[in-house]
Amino acid sequence: MKNYKIYVTAKEGIFNPAGATAATALGQLGYDGVNNVRVGKFIELQTKDDVQRQTVTEMCEKLLANPVIEDFRIEEE
Amino acid sequence: MSADTNAVSLKFGVVVFPGSNCEQDVVHALHLLGHEANYVWHQDTELACYDAIVLPGGFSYGDYLRCGAVARFSPVMESVIAYANAGRPVIGICNGFQILTEAKLLAGALLQNRNLKFICEPASLIVEKSVCKWLDPKLAGSVLEVPINHNEGNYFCDAKTLAELKENGQIVLRYRQAANGSLDNIAGICNRGGNVFGLMPHPERVCDFATGSTDGRAFFSYIFRYILEIASNTKNNLNKNGSLNSDDLNSDDNNIIGNVEVAQ
Repeated sequence: MKNYKIYVTAKEGIFNPAGATAATALGQLGYDGVNNVRVGKFIELQTKDDVQRQTVTEMCEKLLANPVIEDFRIEEE
Repeated sequence: MSADTNAVSLKFGVVVFPGSNCEQDVVHALHLLGHEANYVWHQDTELACYDAIVLPGGFSYGDYLRCGAVARFSPVMESVIAYANAGRPVIGICNGFQILTEAKLLAGALLQNRNLKFICEPASLIVEKSVCKWLDPKLAGSVLEVPINHNEGNYFCDAKTLAELKENGQIVLRYRQAANGSLDNIAGICNRGGNVFGLMPHPERVCDFATGSTDGRAFFSYIFRYILEIASNTKNNLNKNGSLNSDDLNSDDNNIIGNVEVAQ
């Protein structure tokens, strides 16, 4: 079995309201060193051994992320 | 209650996904306007018998992953894409708009509202001069009152796409006042051909006098002109050539002429 970890984040330059709200809240708690927060998604895939990274990339491009607004990064364990 | 008198009665297919919740409102509105409307289950793929397709609002597949991301892969969507690419009319309202962007029938994407709140309120929409076949060009410049009801209505596309939308007259509706963070206050756009139209506001909710406004009627009572036009083009091509060629709008089916009923 293989484990893939997929991180989906808003593309650079796209306002991330959830991140901005979290940043404001952290500031209110006194953590004034936080410059920027971006909130995204974390997806874990457990696959058969023969599922290659390229196939996982395809899954991200087709369904798991929307390339118009999101970037994704895949880690294999 | 008497139906609005229409010159032409159309047959609409209203697609129902698991989690759609505005399909009955749409069908009610279409009936009020004298149209015929059938529900199309998302597992069905037969659309040729309809004059126009509606993707209604709701929370298809619980909005999991992204709004419309899973619905986009329902079996019916391959047919909707073929139908749209054949030049035939498709309208997506709210979640339907999100599904159309996920299916790449419309450009861009709908992000979460900038204020992170679900917004449910009346909205004033400016009708832009556009190539959209769903609205009377004479409405350009006027303001329609149509409610919005969404959490992800914040339209976004990259700068190049925005420039193309403007250049090609694909921006159909704008909010008169900023509503949800949408780029350029965009509330609705269409594809280049103008036959595929997506909007976040809910015109079906303002078609019945009982709801206080009938501004929504404009969205369902003009498209017949386009349908008659493509039907007549197809007929002419048939007469000229004896058979349809692959360049015809609806090369996938020969059914387009049969559906439009002209009333007395």
